[in-house]
Amino acid sequence: MFDMLLPYLLAGISVGGQYALIAVGYTMVYGILRLINFAHGDIFTAAGFFMVYLVAALPLSISVPLVIILTVILGFLVERVAYKPLRTAPRMSIMISAIGTSYLLQNLMWYVTGGLAKQYPVLPWISDTVRIGSASTKVVTLVTPVLTVLLVIALVMLINHTKVGMAMRAVSKDFETAQLMGIKINNVISATFILGSALAAVGSMLYFTNYSTVTPTVGAMPGLKAFVAAVFGGIGSIPGAVIGAFIIGICENLMKAAGYTAFSDAFTFALLIIILIFKPNGLFGEKTAEKV
Amino acid sequence: MKKQPLWKTLCCVAGVAIIFFLAWLAEETQGASSMLVTVLKKGAVYALIAVSMNLLNGFTGLFSLGQAGFMLVGAYTYAVLTIPLAKRQAVYQYYAGGCITVEVNFIVALVLAGVVAAIFAALIGLPVLRLKSDYLAIATLGFAEIIRAIVQWDSLGPITNGSNLLKTYPTFKTVMSGSTVLFPFIVSGICIGIILLLINSTYGRAFKAIRDDEIAAEAMGINLFHHKQMSFVISSFFAGVGGALLAMYQGSLQANAFKSSMTYEILLIVVIGGMGSVSGSVIASFLFIACSEWWLRFLDNVTYINDFQVPLLGSGFRMVVFSVVIMIVVLFFRQGLMGDRELWNLKIPKRKAKQEVTKA
Repeated sequence: MFDMLLPYLLAGISVGGQYALIAVGYTMVYGILRLINFAHGDIFTAAGFFMVYLVAALPLSISVPLVIILTVILGFLVERVAYKPLRTAPRMSIMISAIGTSYLLQNLMWYVTGGLAKQYPVLPWISDTVRIGSASTKVVTLVTPVLTVLLVIALVMLINHTKVGMAMRAVSKDFETAQLMGIKINNVISATFILGSALAAVGSMLYFTNYSTVTPTVGAMPGLKAFVAAVFGGIGSIPGAVIGAFIIGICENLMKAAGYTAFSDAFTFALLIIILIFKPNGLFGEKTAEKV
Repeated sequence: MKKQPLWKTLCCVAGVAIIFFLAWLAEETQGASSMLVTVLKKGAVYALIAVSMNLLNGFTGLFSLGQAGFMLVGAYTYAVLTIPLAKRQAVYQYYAGGCITVEVNFIVALVLAGVVAAIFAALIGLPVLRLKSDYLAIATLGFAEIIRAIVQWDSLGPITNGSNLLKTYPTFKTVMSGSTVLFPFIVSGICIGIILLLINSTYGRAFKAIRDDEIAAEAMGINLFHHKQMSFVISSFFAGVGGALLAMYQGSLQANAFKSSMTYEILLIVVIGGMGSVSGSVIASFLFIACSEWWLRFLDNVTYINDFQVPLLGSGFRMVVFSVVIMIVVLFFRQGLMGDRELWNLKIPKRKAKQEVTKA
């Protein structure tokens, strides 16, 4: 029984880690701007394409950092162009802008790639196959959870112990007061998008090593699932998002093990609806009161 | 409510009649397979869907992203019920001819498409409508995905044909052989008319009150949940009818087409037309379809002027230009084409613009 489930569990932990890296970006942005950044999944896909094109021209040791830098620039630009002009607009407008940005990025990627699936480059070492017990899997499966946890610990340290982190916490607590205290809101928001995009870039390297092809719309589903993970863990809470992502990744693969592959996506959303009804603040979310 | 003067009513009727006549004339002169007629047909279908979404998002202020799911339910209800019995064996070839052995008239099926979508909406609305803004958006989006997964489920194959195509059901061509373009115009026209009457009724004013200030509306004695549920169910009813029309337009049906990107497209149409304007949504639908199917097509073709290759043009460029235009509308012309005014009362100044000034 356990032997049979083991490959699914491993896949679940691995994919959970990749969702976690995306979910952190969602939860940080939501914590500060109260915005579901629908374009985050597409930034993740774009990171995949950057890798495909860069590896074709440059050695791996240069292209990996370059991918992260390019993704960060993309995330920064998206915030500056699509969200900054709408800072005082009603929330619905910002959300529509996010959806529009996602639409634009998808169409842009479609145009650049010609709509064809691109083969993701084989990254050395993490693409190697290893055997664990009776199951064989790629090294990336084992690397992902470790790397995810390390990155998240680093992120939490950054948020708790640096000046930028303190500013982020202040802004997410109270936008206007933070501004009055002399915090440069725009810089803090940019920093949030930069961190989120960098993590998404790392996540995309791990994710596409597992799935090996990139298409323009491939990021939409992991993006939505990562968002569900963020809600599940309590939006705004980074450890919550990580735990939520692992739970969703594992449950999804157990569903596949049980033979309900068609429902593995639906399950995620069912979980979302259940959690929203019974515990709207998620596992670790803060309570917010409705202000008139 | 104040009674409309007779001449206004007559003007409306005459206007609608002229539009119908022009649509009919277009088909007579251009031929049924011309680009113009295609745009008119698809535009009419999208107009109904966009107006139904506007009722929810623009008039009641509920940010729902479940439209594609309800369209899917409507489209499947219609197709499953109207496939001729004789052809079932061929369509459901993997499921031994399917298990449904009734065939209903297409008009009955259209109404049933709406009813089934409305029933789904009523069930989904019970838990979901308690949520606020972005949570509501994501929950409805999730439900649309769940509906899609269920429809494609292999065990439901005898009913829905799994993830295989549904076809041979009546289309625009078969239900009205004389003029394919009139049927979508008539159905959409009737449905949009009903939505307009609803919006101008007491209920419609209650919806707008909820949109403008939920707490104030509740204090004025409006039952929030009741009205939200009503708006949600009615919007889904018409989305279901719209989905059935879309199935008729396409001639074949597959659940895979009803992805969340379809909802996003409709939402963008509503935004371009103006949140809270029925005529805006209608105009934007025709513009959107005309641009994406017809006017911007040249952007997709590699073009040479003498030996010079025009830069950038190529497959997919149309959609890039298109989405850039949409982003410009979203960022800089947040009112859209019409704001919250209608074609027939353009003289009333834009109300939303004022509101935002006072807020800022």
